[in-house]
Amino acid sequence: MDVLNPAFWTFVGVIAGIYAILSLGLYVQFSLAGLPNFGHVAFMAVAAYTMAIGVTRYALPMATAATLGVIAAIALGLVLGVPALRLRADYLAIATVAGGEIVRYLALNLPDVTGGPLGSIGLLGPGQIATYNEPWQRLLDRLSTALQVPLGTAPTRDLAMALLVWTLAGALLALFRGLERSPWGRVLRGIREDEVAVTAVGKNVVAFKLQALVLGAILGALAGLLLAWQIGVFSPDDYQPTLTFYAYLILILGGMNRLWAIPVGAVAFSLLYSGTRFLNFFPLSLIDSGSRAFLRLFLVGFLLVLFMAVRPQGLLGNRRELLLEK
Amino acid sequence: MIRQLLQLAVNGLITGALLALTGVGASLVFGIQRVANFAHGEYLTFAAYVGLMLNVALRQSLLVSTVGAMLLTGLLALGIHFALLRPLRGRGLVAMSLITVGLGLMLRDVVFLVAGPQIRQYAIDQRAVFDLRLVRLSPGQAVALLVTGLVAPGVALFLARTRLGKSMRAVADNRDLAAISGVDVDRIGAYVWLLAGALAGLGGVMFAAVQGTFDPNLGFQVLFLIFTTVVLGGIGSPYGALAAGTVLGLAMELSTWQGLGGGLEARYKPVLAFTVLILLLLCRPQGLFGKARVL
Repeated sequence: MDVLNPAFWTFVGVIAGIYAILSLGLYVQFSLAGLPNFGHVAFMAVAAYTMAIGVTRYALPMATAATLGVIAAIALGLVLGVPALRLRADYLAIATVAGGEIVRYLALNLPDVTGGPLGSIGLLGPGQIATYNEPWQRLLDRLSTALQVPLGTAPTRDLAMALLVWTLAGALLALFRGLERSPWGRVLRGIREDEVAVTAVGKNVVAFKLQALVLGAILGALAGLLLAWQIGVFSPDDYQPTLTFYAYLILILGGMNRLWAIPVGAVAFSLLYSGTRFLNFFPLSLIDSGSRAFLRLFLVGFLLVLFMAVRPQGLLGNRRELLLEK
Repeated sequence: MIRQLLQLAVNGLITGALLALTGVGASLVFGIQRVANFAHGEYLTFAAYVGLMLNVALRQSLLVSTVGAMLLTGLLALGIHFALLRPLRGRGLVAMSLITVGLGLMLRDVVFLVAGPQIRQYAIDQRAVFDLRLVRLSPGQAVALLVTGLVAPGVALFLARTRLGKSMRAVADNRDLAAISGVDVDRIGAYVWLLAGALAGLGGVMFAAVQGTFDPNLGFQVLFLIFTTVVLGGIGSPYGALAAGTVLGLAMELSTWQGLGGGLEARYKPVLAFTVLILLLLCRPQGLFGKARVL
């Protein structure tokens, strides 16, 4: 494929924006409230499945189905509250990965509900191909027509999607930037540093942690919905635990505790992730293209180790504010 | 139905013994390092492929391959300990967890790159069956039964009777107390990684042999069963892990017995194990046998 193909890079831009929203959810839970959620991907899965089932099987309007998806993710966030409020950080990490894997295994093994290993295509049972994103594509087409006047030419569907996703990501980042600096954000960071002290000044620590979990769940659900609409089809295999670790890598690349670094991390990660497909010069050309996917995952692991070991403050952060000592 | 029960019990005993042995290593490491090693599953994967190389490419017997894999995996674990985990000790729980996650991704994808994603099997006759009247064993199961039958008591004796074994338990139980009692904590830590790696190596080859076929996701699929074993037995308690692995293996297999109201469908076994893990962490993080204390 051509390195300068604009359609490809537009697609990468869409995915980067979705990852930015996903990582923002993790930021609220982990960087603000200090809750290491290693099963963040479950919010995406639950929201995407609820939405797709609503649209295909019950013919719900897209907005209703999407709202139900977000509500399902909120419910999961509240369930997650039980371990999050009781467990030490590393046990919570284990419990949340296990929880995410339960969601994935259930999706894989309840074919009547989820379409089983076939994923969203199999939602209407064998023999029928289920699609859920036609309403979304119509929405993008309308957006594209509306943008024709200010932009001169009508943007492609992917370009319209990219504009939409990044507008949403920008708005959410600004919103959470405000929240982070509000008294609410200060309490959360206080909980992260010293729970006992925050309790001592009369704050309800449980309520604040649950709020962080639910906000993270909503952001994860949004990312899951957008990704499902963009790709048009999904299966349980798309919700492997590695996706959560991509989001962690994005947070780390940008610097753990810097909200404005999330989009930088998301773009850097997406460039790195999709860029590896162009590593087809010698000696890497000896690796066939199928195996290059594993090279990519190897790089993700390598960067996780490298940044955690050498530069836990990320590309841009400074070392002063770090929660990693807990 | 009784025959099915017996067969499931034997299957469960084999799975359980493998979980018990890998769990001993993981539990000691958890106790000493104070960090969940998310890369532990990949040590099993690495071993399974070293075993494959010895068994298929170099035409060694499965027993020789197992020993070779144990040796190399022990060295791998030791190397990673010295190169990465020891220098970074004290970075905090979450940071260390993420580092081991990254390490696991690296190891798994190196195996993917070198060995390819194909499904593999050892050079043993997969269709052969040892019919012992009441139960039937596949060749892989028979070897696993033999190997674990030899190694498990050996490990238990080693931990109970030798000076090194006692020191390992002491450091895993309480590092500071062991240090002021004159135990060379750093040296023992290195031996623990060697032992944990060797046991992971044994587990890797044996899991691969028992399953019949495997791919580079082998270790990651077993990782959470190992975690469950470690937590069930009480973190840092190797005897607990021996017992817990056996219990877990039996429970997972026997839950599918038809006598139990038709039994749980086999595909829900992982869900059962994960649910047990979460409930355990919530209700008894000190394990079934451990004393309640601040961990």
